[in-house]
Amino acid sequence: MFRPTLTLNYDRVLNTLAAWLLALFWLLPLAYAGWTAFHPAEYETRFVPFAPLTLENFAQAWSEAPFARYFLNTMILVTGILAAQFTLCTLAAFSFARFTFPGRNILFALVLIQLLVMPDILIVENYQTMRRLDLIDTIAAIGLPYVASAFGIFLLRQTFMTIPKELDEAARIEGCSYLGILWRVYIPLAKPTFLAYGLVSVSHHWNNFVWPLIITNSVETRPLTVGLSIFAVTDAGIQWSVINAATLMTSGPLLIAFLLFQRQFVQSFMRAGIK
Amino acid sequence: MTPAMILLITFTHYPAIQTIINSFFSTARGRRKSVFIGWDNYQTLLQDDVFWKVLINNFWYAVWTIPLSIVLSLAMALWVNDKLKGRGFLRMAYFTPTVLPLIAVANIWLFFYTPGFGLIDQIRGLFGLAEQNWMGSPDTALYAMIAVAIWKEAGFFMIFYLAALQTISPTLREAASIEGASKFYYFHRVLFPLLMPTTLFVSINAVINSFRLVDHIFVMTEGGPNNASSLLLFYIYKVAFDYWDTAYAATLTVVMIALLIFLAIGQFFFFDRRVHYK
Amino acid sequence: MFSNIFKTAGAATVAAFGFASHALAVDLEFYFPVAVGGAAADTIEHLTAEYVAANPGVNIEAIYAGSYSDAGQKALTAARGGNPPQISVLLSTQMFTLIDEDVIVPFDDFVSEEDKVSWIGGFYPSFMENSQTGGKTYGIPFQRSTPVLYWNKAAFAEAGLNPDVAPANWDEMVEFAMKLTKKDANGDVTQWGVRIPSAGFPYWLFQGLSTPAGAILANADGNKVNFNGPKVVEALEYLVALSADHGVMQPGSIEWGTTPKAFFEGETAMMWTTTGNLTNVRNNAPFDFGVAMLPAKERRGAPTGGGNFYLFKDSSDEQKQAAVDFVKWITAPEQAAVWSIATGYVAPSPAAWETEEMKAYTADFPPALVARDQLEFAVAELSTYENGKVTQAFNDALAAAIAGETSAKEALDEAQAKAERILKPYQ
Repeated sequence: MFRPTLTLNYDRVLNTLAAWLLALFWLLPLAYAGWTAFHPAEYETRFVPFAPLTLENFAQAWSEAPFARYFLNTMILVTGILAAQFTLCTLAAFSFARFTFPGRNILFALVLIQLLVMPDILIVENYQTMRRLDLIDTIAAIGLPYVASAFGIFLLRQTFMTIPKELDEAARIEGCSYLGILWRVYIPLAKPTFLAYGLVSVSHHWNNFVWPLIITNSVETRPLTVGLSIFAVTDAGIQWSVINAATLMTSGPLLIAFLLFQRQFVQSFMRAGIK
Repeated sequence: MTPAMILLITFTHYPAIQTIINSFFSTARGRRKSVFIGWDNYQTLLQDDVFWKVLINNFWYAVWTIPLSIVLSLAMALWVNDKLKGRGFLRMAYFTPTVLPLIAVANIWLFFYTPGFGLIDQIRGLFGLAEQNWMGSPDTALYAMIAVAIWKEAGFFMIFYLAALQTISPTLREAASIEGASKFYYFHRVLFPLLMPTTLFVSINAVINSFRLVDHIFVMTEGGPNNASSLLLFYIYKVAFDYWDTAYAATLTVVMIALLIFLAIGQFFFFDRRVHYK
Repeated sequence: MFSNIFKTAGAATVAAFGFASHALAVDLEFYFPVAVGGAAADTIEHLTAEYVAANPGVNIEAIYAGSYSDAGQKALTAARGGNPPQISVLLSTQMFTLIDEDVIVPFDDFVSEEDKVSWIGGFYPSFMENSQTGGKTYGIPFQRSTPVLYWNKAAFAEAGLNPDVAPANWDEMVEFAMKLTKKDANGDVTQWGVRIPSAGFPYWLFQGLSTPAGAILANADGNKVNFNGPKVVEALEYLVALSADHGVMQPGSIEWGTTPKAFFEGETAMMWTTTGNLTNVRNNAPFDFGVAMLPAKERRGAPTGGGNFYLFKDSSDEQKQAAVDFVKWITAPEQAAVWSIATGYVAPSPAAWETEEMKAYTADFPPALVARDQLEFAVAELSTYENGKVTQAFNDALAAAIAGETSAKEALDEAQAKAERILKPYQ
């Protein structure tokens, strides 16, 4: 350990300053949402220090739209997709990584196509398919096109390939079935990949808007994004205070969870280490 | 893996092929059945000045959002990884865009950009600057959208860099400083190459997002004024669900798929050599 | 609250009648958009529940489908997929598109000759312009609106204008607006004279200029447009000049969503926007305000706007009949009055304005009458076949001229050429 020189300090101060400036800038939308949500509508555009506080906006948002239900729908959607993706993609990635069978490369290439041809751009055709399957306006229909995710299969396969074959041979000698090997050897070793992929998936479906907008019709299926968007549309202009109250109400749980568990969250993420 | 394949075929391959087929047919309207029209839709496309405008917009959208969001996310990760003051706060601040749905925050950004009493103009007003119609002028509308997209993406990408930085042993840095390597040299020659796999991962996501991230346009500009802020996916959506011209929407989709494939190949060659150097 | 009570009542009725009535019951699906906030959705659900409770043979599922464009997308996507609602409220301008897609049928076959006169004949003729074509009635006016001018009386007084008099014609509007435009020491504007929102769909308020100028943008068959006639060019030049020459309006395209707020904040002294904003302005404007008809040029004039009921094709005759009966009930004067008072939409028939509720409401709040009086001069909102594409071509031209990218004439010529190309197959 050596004493930091003056120049080093200078550098550090600058960095801290820049980091804080950027952070404040990044936080602005949330700060504004907080401001408007807790103040009456007159103060939407006026930032005076002692403006009266109110919870009226939350009450109004809560009474005008079933946000609890929307939140529940999104939760079901996101966890459902994640569980299904993990199961299917793991199995598929395992077969691609560890078995040789005729046409494997062609099949893998076929999987990779979905990396580019995302379900988001095949909305029109997928709607027709959902109608034929009689799944319009179901939560399953929002998730199904995303479940077999090429991104997931690709990432997991890459990870599985780096696991030395000797490990599963050893396990087989001990009498493990293929599924047993997958469960005991591969999945634990691929934890970081699961974590990284899980984050991408959750964030994607938490935010996804266009496809759910098309495929859902009712309160029972609408995810938050769609609920918020139809709530915000009115001729009477944008009522920031109420909309932001609704946004905070629905994103709040996740944000608070992150605040409370951020150390654990980031640490487990870091311990896992993503490549 | 069979269930995965069945789902992939149902929701990717089948609709993709159907899309290509549809691009050679006319749109069915009521009693008029869809008929084979060869390359007509593609000819329309070549003459469609809105399509070209949207394509160019999307090009600039990608050119700005991809590198800027990656560079910013890397900077954020380095800062948060460094033991700067208020690390927890910084981390939370950078992370917020990931939690707030874009469709909802778009309303907030709309307020920031609003001329006169919007946040940016209120701040400009303190310095005696005139009000500026950011979203209402064709010169700035697209850049206003780009800023929102970067805000949305950078914090998300940061997490991946942060995780990668944690796996890099601090001894490397100590070794570098003992050998008298400058901070920049260390970053350029040691850190950056080690982060290359993460950069690949992040940049694939960034490329895909530069086509996919259009939610805020629905709320903020609807592609206007005069298509100045319209992007390819937004235009496809409009053609399909506003003009109801599904065949032409299919043609546009085919172009988008072709573009993405082209980009993927390019990206592969670009990164291929570097990634394996680690 | 009310809606819940009604729902429970409805459910109880159905339960009481048991299987016998269930076999006879007609199930209807009804999509509706709302463009004026959440409370309006409650009103529709409440009205629907009231009807269901009184008519045990019918079950109506009212589905709130979001904005107008969301609702249009859903209805047409569902219809193309073979699973349409039986009735839906959609933009009146979508009539030709829906006919072209062959997904709606006219109301005529399900309406007695007597009702054709008393019910369909009872609506304001300007609302029917967007609802009838080829001698058939495809739309029943329900949540209709028209743009009006709102003015800030305090700002008028401050500028030395009579606070009780709105500009009556184009010249007066410029003259007033010039007096109302305030600048700070740097010469930057702090209060604009007038605000005509133009983002997204500029054509609608533009019709508030082109109609007074004496131009009609599309024919009644929806297959010909007049985008570049001299009167249209004159109207667009006037609009552009408000910012470019007179400096009384914010340059660039102007957002709709922020317009009421801009009015409340004193960012603008006059605004043009829909009557759907009446309740909002009444509740939130921190100053006295007035509501007036749009200013005149050659004549008074404005477009109508908003949504009609449509009857979808893919359902049984029994369902259609039940649907028409429901539409007839909900557009009847008493229900129309309830709806109009709750939302600020213009009640679509003179009879509705004669109900006791409506009379009490307008006595208490006379500005509500301005929209009704303007209907005499109102014309159809721009609507053609291939409506999305044609309107977009026109919107793009308006936006280009407003941004100063091209001259009004050039932009409109191009829009006309595009529209003619698109409409060729329909002529």
